[in-house]
Amino acid sequence: MRKFLIFFLATWALAVVAIISVAGLRGGLSRKPPLEVFPDMDRQPKLRPQTTTAFAGFADGQSSRLPVAGTVSRESFREADEFSTGKKADGAWVDSIPLTVSRELVVRGRERYDIYCSPCHGVAGDGNGVTTKFGMAAVAKLHDERLIKIADGELFNTISNGKNLMLPYADKLEPRDRWAVIAYVRALQLSRLGKKEEIPDAVRATLK
Amino acid sequence: MSDIFPKWTNQLPIMAGIAAAVLGATALAGITYYVTPKYTRVGYQPKQPVAFSHSIHVDQLNLDCRYCHNGVEKSWFSNIPSSSTCMNCHGQVRKDSEKLALVRESYASGKPISWVQIHKVPDYVYFNHSVHVNRGISCVHCHGEINKMDEVYHAKPLSMSFCLDCHREPEKFVRPNELVTKLDWKNEGFDGKKAVHDWKIQPGQSCSTCHR
Repeated sequence: MRKFLIFFLATWALAVVAIISVAGLRGGLSRKPPLEVFPDMDRQPKLRPQTTTAFAGFADGQSSRLPVAGTVSRESFREADEFSTGKKADGAWVDSIPLTVSRELVVRGRERYDIYCSPCHGVAGDGNGVTTKFGMAAVAKLHDERLIKIADGELFNTISNGKNLMLPYADKLEPRDRWAVIAYVRALQLSRLGKKEEIPDAVRATLK
Repeated sequence: MSDIFPKWTNQLPIMAGIAAAVLGATALAGITYYVTPKYTRVGYQPKQPVAFSHSIHVDQLNLDCRYCHNGVEKSWFSNIPSSSTCMNCHGQVRKDSEKLALVRESYASGKPISWVQIHKVPDYVYFNHSVHVNRGISCVHCHGEINKMDEVYHAKPLSMSFCLDCHREPEKFVRPNELVTKLDWKNEGFDGKKAVHDWKIQPGQSCSTCHR
């Protein structure tokens, strides 16, 4: 009887140890895709973005499609006007932001600038962003006289289409965000150009 | 009769009962521990075609999540960046690195890199990234400390109860909206209850909130 009990317990303990050593503990790293214990309709034949498909109509096998040549999505369609190109009808640069520059727009511009521009141009626009430590060359200093005098429309064009080594940012910044970034860049520039007299009295009193 | 059944057989039913109970309890414990996304999903760390390190790009260089995942605020889907996004910097930074060969090739040919998707809820779950990141729910809640990961792994179970934990008590999870991508943020006195009220956060708990 005792023998049987020992045999039973030993087998049980061995089985438990074997299962744990094969299956591991929760949270252990694994290269294998997750087990789907009850895979009822977990994976459906519908297409999800940025994945592959065997559908013969999509010869490149990609589920996300580029627009058909010559078509524009309704969502993103805009007339090629000053707002979406930064150019006037005669091709000259738009002089100033074709939007009402509100505090809200500048704040939006700061947020977008910090995300998309500061890695190279630096948080204050000095052209000393983190990438410049790793070989990013010829990053523009936004406080240069040339960029202070440049038309807003030309800045818009640079953001949209890139310039020299800078690639376009049109995919990351919608037109309104590009103008917002320009509004913020102008604010950054002004912060170095201001005169003492321009500071409101109440604030000036608090400065040393 | 005692010749046919020796005396020890009297204990057999009790023994069998105890054995069944032990085995049953073990099986139950095993299922509870293993048959859950906490075991099946957490820890999944596939080998990616390019050894991209979130820890270098986010923790060291301080890039914002949205620099690459730029669709996350507008779309239900948080996009994997195009190769051109990598080339914004890597056109110059480490531009001859062997590790980036595939990125350059993809940029030149237009053929996307086959990144392996790690976080996948079932297809009948309609999770929307934009509605979460625009209402103070940080990446870190569902993706873990991805900013510290050299190689990304599945850190959270993303099970139904995981979603409901937050849908039932959003005030414990919301943060100021401009800090959703600051994964290291610690709550020091932010009033979640007030935010839930002011931002009209009403996380549904009915089936059709997530299942359609």
